[in-house]
Amino acid sequence: MSDGTARMSEWLEAHADDIIAMWMQKLKEIGGHGGGKIREAELEAQCRSFLAALRNAIENDGEHSIDGEGYGPVRDLLSDMSQSRALQGFSPSETATFVLSLKEPLFQLIHQEMASDATAALRQTWRLSSLLDKLGLFTTEAYQRSREEVIIRQQQEIAELSTPVVKLWDGVLALPLIGILDSTRTQIVMETLLQAIVDQGADIAIIDITGVPTVDTLVAQHLLKTIAAARLMGADCIISGIRPQIAQTMVHLGVELSVVSKASLADAFALALRRTGRTVTALKSPV
Amino acid sequence: MDRIPILKLGRALLVTIQVDMHDRLATALEEDLSAKIVSSGARGVVIDISGLDLVDSFMGRMLDNIAAVSRMLDAETVVVGMRPAVAITLVELGLELSGVKTALNVERGMALIQTRLIQTGLEDADVGEDGP
Repeated sequence: MSDGTARMSEWLEAHADDIIAMWMQKLKEIGGHGGGKIREAELEAQCRSFLAALRNAIENDGEHSIDGEGYGPVRDLLSDMSQSRALQGFSPSETATFVLSLKEPLFQLIHQEMASDATAALRQTWRLSSLLDKLGLFTTEAYQRSREEVIIRQQQEIAELSTPVVKLWDGVLALPLIGILDSTRTQIVMETLLQAIVDQGADIAIIDITGVPTVDTLVAQHLLKTIAAARLMGADCIISGIRPQIAQTMVHLGVELSVVSKASLADAFALALRRTGRTVTALKSPV
Repeated sequence: MDRIPILKLGRALLVTIQVDMHDRLATALEEDLSAKIVSSGARGVVIDISGLDLVDSFMGRMLDNIAAVSRMLDAETVVVGMRPAVAITLVELGLELSGVKTALNVERGMALIQTRLIQTGLEDADVGEDGP
């Protein structure tokens, strides 16, 4: 451990209050408090615990790498903080600013304490700068990770919400598909549809793709898989709701759905009723 | 259990697979079934696989084979009671069993064969009338 490092941790302890005061001011100036999304007392508590953790880490592990065991508490602190900030709606730069704005107070501290030796001060500044940069990057990564977790969770929720199987009549099911069909969703669609076929003893399933924005070769393949699986269970499928542009695109792409398809759900339903030996007739006088 | 029982119901044969199929059992079933179709003059075969929760490509191919053999002997094969997970597996394996008819349960499978029997009976009569 270099001499500078040892003294650094001492200084950090001795001047903690000054650093915190300046740091807080800096954070307020450049928007590190996220425009009032976090209370001042909470921010100060975070600053304090971070500075304490950083001091310990520098004392134990030096200033070169943040991957060691000594930096564990610092990393945990930053992870928790990034996560809570991502949920509170902080922007990535607002989150990273928390660490990066510590630079100025620390550099000033070095300037004060090492005024006699300019070369040593420069070296110390450089080491500290790269350390804080690493911590800043770590913060951003943690922030990114928690944002991705949020996105994944939302995707799962959407997938669960968007695959309802509706019973239209005894033995006739409808599956209105909404949104893009990828392999994960096809799997969920398939499972829900097949289970519904078993539960309701359905003969016919109508797959309505009015809400599917684009149908390319892959989506067509997914649809065909679903239809094949339903057929294996003993149920016939009818596709409905192919919009004019989609029909044109599919023909241009050379995609062929070798199944019965109808323009609207109503037409498909009429066909399903006919196949199951039923019909809809108008009353002579409306009730 | 060495062999899978084949039951005769009217002009149809009913095979219920309740145990895990291993390859030898499957081959034995194929042989027994073709012999039974000929000896009983059956026109339809219903294979109930509702007890089956594991399939592999061999099993899929065997079902296809049985259907092809039965068709050659003038009997329609209907596979009934497939579980959702099994259906998904077969589709993922690329085995869509296009030569096999399917139905949700034994009752519907029997009904399907009954309709076919009536239809073919009528067709036979038509051919007889139109012929010389």
